Amino acid sequence: MSAPALYGLVLTGGRSRRMQRDKASLEYAGKSQLARAMELLTPLVARCFVSVRADQLYDPHRAAYDTIADIKPNLGPIGGIHAALHAYPDHAWLILACDLPFLDRATLQHLIGRRADTRIATAYRSSFDALPEPLCAIFEPRSLAVIEESLTRGQQCPRALLSGADVELLDLPNPRALDNVNTGEEYVAAKATIGTAAATPAAATPAAAVPSGAGASRRLQVRYFAMLREQAGRSTEELETQATTPRELYEELRRRRGLTLAPEFLRVAVNDEFGDWRSPLADGDTVVFLPPVAGG
Amino acid sequence: MNCFSLHETPLQPELLRKELQDPACGGYAAFEGWVRDFNDGRTVLRLEYEGFAPLAVREGERILAEAQKRFGVERARCAHRVGPLAIGELAVWVGVSAAHRGEAFDACRYIIDEVKHRVPIWKKEYYQDGDSGWVNCERCAAAPAQPHASLAAAAPEAPDHGHGHGQGRGHG
Repeated sequence: MSAPALYGLVLTGGRSRRMQRDKASLEYAGKSQLARAMELLTPLVARCFVSVRADQLYDPHRAAYDTIADIKPNLGPIGGIHAALHAYPDHAWLILACDLPFLDRATLQHLIGRRADTRIATAYRSSFDALPEPLCAIFEPRSLAVIEESLTRGQQCPRALLSGADVELLDLPNPRALDNVNTGEEYVAAKATIGTAAATPAAATPAAAVPSGAGASRRLQVRYFAMLREQAGRSTEELETQATTPRELYEELRRRRGLTLAPEFLRVAVNDEFGDWRSPLADGDTVVFLPPVAGG
Repeated sequence: MNCFSLHETPLQPELLRKELQDPACGGYAAFEGWVRDFNDGRTVLRLEYEGFAPLAVREGERILAEAQKRFGVERARCAHRVGPLAIGELAVWVGVSAAHRGEAFDACRYIIDEVKHRVPIWKKEYYQDGDSGWVNCERCAAAPAQPHASLAAAAPEAPDHGHGHGQGRGHG
């Protein structure tokens, strides 16, 4: 028996509480995030839909596409996935969040190529914490029962759902492809990166919408202070790394040096000024991870 | 010129105060932060400050400039100790001069509050029981690969469709 046909679903029902604006309408290189996601996904699937909350059904931006409204309100992304599987239960669904500005065609093709239709889902392993990424994943028809069972237990977190389920897990070919954008700061940084990539001739193919230097290594200087200095057992180090952002660098050093401070409690400084966790790092940069301060 | 500085030797308030004298000023306010012998119910024997000098000075001077603009004061100065300090020692000094007392008090308060929260300076306390700890840091320690825990604990109502990785700034 052949695998169930694949439909696509772009999730746009988020409340964007941290961003405080509709993520679907954020623009990169002159095109809205929703339009970018639909353009990427549509050629790869039999049909493509936009997942909306009931109150967004008549939003002109979304109404330009086929939509599927949440059946159960206020469930977050799982509500959108549930509504799609419920509406077309014989199809598998490639689910996409609409806040993935770095996503490229190659990442989607790789996911589809490695789809394991005998399992509940096929997903990427997060390059951040190694857990399944539910919002760029293929959900097979049989996942509907798992989702409904999970909802009856009050479990609404799609990552938790996939973590405990029979899922095909893949490594990301491009580790930054699923970096998402939650705050205004992150949006500004992502927009700058994408704008730059689009302006270079090398960006003609979708896969090249990756910040330059991904895959190559860079030489960085790291300085440690206070608790991190004690845990790392040094004040400074120079290293050759594949990490492209402070966030990736911290994860690497956290593992290698046994640092216990969670990144959400830290700030980052690059070249002696406060920096952004997602800004690209350049060869020769000096990076400092700042533990919670306590002057005075 | 507003100035923020770090010092490995004892601060000298009388010299710092002179920097603020100005014929246009009728009010002067200063704040001194001293090393206290207890914190959070524990007896503190001594402490150690550590600073990330280039950024501490830069952020400190931004705070002084903000205070000057916000409260209309003439001059503002802040000096902070780094290194080992004993109980009773002067750890931080803030001084402001202004035309009138009101804005001098307000600016002084603003500066010390902001410095405590924004300037990259860290404090390690050594306790009577032999233990020691970095203030504000110890409770932030977590085993690796924890971000998911915060996701699972997300509010059940109207959850964001995002799948954030705990990127929120914990402070600052």
